[in-house]
Amino acid sequence: MAENILELHDLKKHFPTTSGGLFSRRKGVVKAVDGVSLSIGVGETVGLVGESGCGKTTAGRTVMKLYEPTDGKIIFQGEDISHYSRKQMMPFRSQMQMIFQDPFASLNPRHTVGTIVGASYDIHGIKPAGGVENAVRDLLERVGLNPEHINRFPHEFSGGQRQRIGIARAIALRPKLIVADEPVSALDVSIQAQVVNLLDDLQQEFGLSYLFVAHDLSVVQHISDRVVVMYLGKVMESAPTESLFAKPRHPYTKALLSAVPIPDPRLERTRERILLQGDLPSPMNPPAGCVFNTRCWKVQDKCRSVVPEPVQIAPNHTLACHFPE
Amino acid sequence: MSTFLEVKNLHVTFPTEDGAVLASNNVSYSVALGETLAIVGESGSGKSVANLAVMGLHNPHRTQISGEAILHLPEGPIDVLSAAPETVRRLRGKAMSMIFQDPMSALHPFYTIGNQIAEAWALYNEGSKEDGIKRAVEMLDLVGIPDAAKRVHEYPHQFSGGMRQRVMIAMALVNNPSLLIADEPTTALDVTVQSQILRLLADLQKEFNMAVILITHDLGVVAEVADRVSVMYSGRIVESAAIDEIFYNSTHPYTRGLLNSIPRVDNHGKGTRLRAIPGQPPSLISVPKGCAFAARCEFISHVPGGLCIASNPDLLEKAPDHYSRCHLTGAQVIDIAAKNLAHQDNGAK
Amino acid sequence: MIKYVSQRLLYTVMLLLLVSLSVYFIFDLLPVDPARLVCSKQCTPALVEANRHRLGLDVPVLQQWWNFIYGLFAGRNYAEGAAALHCPAPAFGYSFSRHECVTTILAKAFPVTLSLAVLAFILWMTLGVSLGVLAARKKGSIFDKASTVFVLIGTSLPTFLTGVLVVIFIILKFNLVDPLEIGNWSNPFTDPLGWLSTFIWPAATLAFAYAATYTRFTRSNVIETMTEDFIRTARAKGLSEKIILRKHTLRAALAPLATMAGLDFAGLLGGAIITEKVFGLDGLGGISINAVTSSYDLPIIVGTTIVASAFVVVANLIVDITYAFIDPRVRHA
Repeated sequence: MAENILELHDLKKHFPTTSGGLFSRRKGVVKAVDGVSLSIGVGETVGLVGESGCGKTTAGRTVMKLYEPTDGKIIFQGEDISHYSRKQMMPFRSQMQMIFQDPFASLNPRHTVGTIVGASYDIHGIKPAGGVENAVRDLLERVGLNPEHINRFPHEFSGGQRQRIGIARAIALRPKLIVADEPVSALDVSIQAQVVNLLDDLQQEFGLSYLFVAHDLSVVQHISDRVVVMYLGKVMESAPTESLFAKPRHPYTKALLSAVPIPDPRLERTRERILLQGDLPSPMNPPAGCVFNTRCWKVQDKCRSVVPEPVQIAPNHTLACHFPE
Repeated sequence: MSTFLEVKNLHVTFPTEDGAVLASNNVSYSVALGETLAIVGESGSGKSVANLAVMGLHNPHRTQISGEAILHLPEGPIDVLSAAPETVRRLRGKAMSMIFQDPMSALHPFYTIGNQIAEAWALYNEGSKEDGIKRAVEMLDLVGIPDAAKRVHEYPHQFSGGMRQRVMIAMALVNNPSLLIADEPTTALDVTVQSQILRLLADLQKEFNMAVILITHDLGVVAEVADRVSVMYSGRIVESAAIDEIFYNSTHPYTRGLLNSIPRVDNHGKGTRLRAIPGQPPSLISVPKGCAFAARCEFISHVPGGLCIASNPDLLEKAPDHYSRCHLTGAQVIDIAAKNLAHQDNGAK
Repeated sequence: MIKYVSQRLLYTVMLLLLVSLSVYFIFDLLPVDPARLVCSKQCTPALVEANRHRLGLDVPVLQQWWNFIYGLFAGRNYAEGAAALHCPAPAFGYSFSRHECVTTILAKAFPVTLSLAVLAFILWMTLGVSLGVLAARKKGSIFDKASTVFVLIGTSLPTFLTGVLVVIFIILKFNLVDPLEIGNWSNPFTDPLGWLSTFIWPAATLAFAYAATYTRFTRSNVIETMTEDFIRTARAKGLSEKIILRKHTLRAALAPLATMAGLDFAGLLGGAIITEKVFGLDGLGGISINAVTSSYDLPIIVGTTIVASAFVVVANLIVDITYAFIDPRVRHA
């Protein structure tokens, strides 16, 4: 198991909902993440996909310990960090970093790029050889920015460049794992490709592992070795990218893939689509049994009462469905 | 098919402290009844700006607009850019309607959806409040909102994102407009809901024989619904043709770059590199004298004598009904692209 | 909804109990002895003690507070023998410096304060909202710039200065109002003109500062609302600018104003201390400032404090309920 950089065992993150006012009471819980298991090997990219409200972002943040997990285990390089305190986490912070969706909101507008990217060194008391400034210049160059722009402020950069700054900051301490939360979804198509390529290159160069959280299946498919599909806090299917996209076994995965439009009009005209009915149920009030049963075209009585447990159906391929494809 | 909207030489400029932003630069396009025109481009390409001008939704104090936008109404053609604002207002919601990207913020949070739909209906129809609500229920039924008679009295925040966009569509179509402009209608929605909405729009278009302009950045969505496509870059239309021409015979380096740079779910890509377009679009304040795409173009070496930097190419018909803004001929672009691809494949092997 | 309101009412009562208790404790900590203050020149320790007993200050502070609460519901007797007094419920206490039950004093002062508050409220809301809306609609115009100057003056001039200026120029210099009439109470129902001449200038003084704040707030809210997506939708439907402003913009822009206005009005019901003082009005503000500065009249202080807090807390509740009617998102939350 030593080759896994990160393992999640039945990770849960529940948020209590309260009624307002002086006599606030617990009204219920939102099971944002409800039993997610996955593992990421060294140098591997695992894509975590799903629609809004599926819990993928919460899962990513819980891995980073931005949220305290409700239950389950987070094992980082063989060490159970699930309930480590802030102080205990310090040595791990330099080894796991995060990239955010909105490159503007995540950069302090009053700090120069040099300060932002160099901050990691100060926080962890690391003195890079040749000084912080040189190290920052190298990093900027590495992510495709002009090192002469070290004294500029975030607003002087375009969206794609700001995301590069965020990436430079994340890789400054040579982390082992990067949790990337929708890192390219705010970017224009032509810029998106640049950033995806950059992430690819950095992975090659530094042997990084990525947990790539995104809703865009085409990007996830391009970048991931394995993909985990979430729906309402639960993992529906998890498999190596190739087999998941070639032969999805879970009805939800199949519908999701079928819904993604392909930029190929001739194919689009002949392709059979699975059109899911209705909307996602509220995570406050998920359906009993299989959470997907309200929109599934294969639903039977069993699905409405019995929660399907994840079962391994092939190496690295797990599935939580009573009636798979 | 009869042409319903004809936009000719549309310029939209926003004066700012840093200089004039030329957001829409000599843009021309047209769309016929029953036809879907997709206007594709990245942020800042001017795709929304041009259509907001057609709708008359720019602030007249902060926008300079020139050109023509002719609506071919049954009672005769009218240029909405030169018509009196009050005349254009009486066309909005009746001859032409628009729906927007974020259906949450596009609906008034304080009024029931029935109230908001009935209000649009009452503008062009005689009838009581009850008639308006009755009509709203019909429209909600039409756009596939279950239990419409009850939900008509609910507020926008009680609907999900996809349902809200259906409400927007119901409201836009309540007076049977001939033109519907849909500005990124599914961008804020989940992919499974997106396909429902696109299907709904296509069905309604057929039913009402509407002209539809779909503004989007998503080439997948374009492939799914468009009949014709105009690609915009830096305020200008760079290529315009029937959908298959755009996807399989593109004669513009930018369109080709865009198509190459997107990953596709139907071919596995791990280990392959995306063919990204280097650099970024130029500022709309200091528009380059030459081709706006020149600085990013991988075809530039095939054009002699720095022509791309020196002069901006015209939008010319490179093949029947296929317009492209490039100094190269259509055949040259296709030829060079094929060679590049072969070269890249050899490199990969 | 009923559950919510009753919960909030319970919370209100608890808060008021707490407020009164803290007033008693704070008063207890003050280095002054009211029993000595009400004592005349030939003061003896025995007289002081007698006064202390008369004032009800000879028991522990918690007991004093409990007596007060009890009196609120049952009425209260003060002094003994021939000097015995009775204040009927709700008894806020007895003021020995003014020789009156506090409830009577409050009942006399309240109409003055209410008149001032109502008139000022009407003035500032009309002025502030209309100026704000006009300035927003004509953003960048001369009118808008003039309104900015007004806002600047209104928010920076303190009330005591504007009040004194009004007294000097309007009343003394131009004799627009008979100086002898200032501060005279007239019944607004039987003598509306007299009432108006008494209150119009103090109310205008008070309204001046508030109107400036409300102009600024209205202007920025209307401008912000006009950039909302739902306003663009309203235009796209073909609605006229008039309806867009009236139905769509103002409702959304002025909703937050309801909260502010309710709380500001309630605050004034507790007494506008400076304005009342400058114009010599015997409102709640006037009597409480006298009670604090000259006579250390605990019963009056407690009475005015409780009344003022009650207004604020109840107004809060009313504002919250009103807001739920204005904004359906709050209703369903």
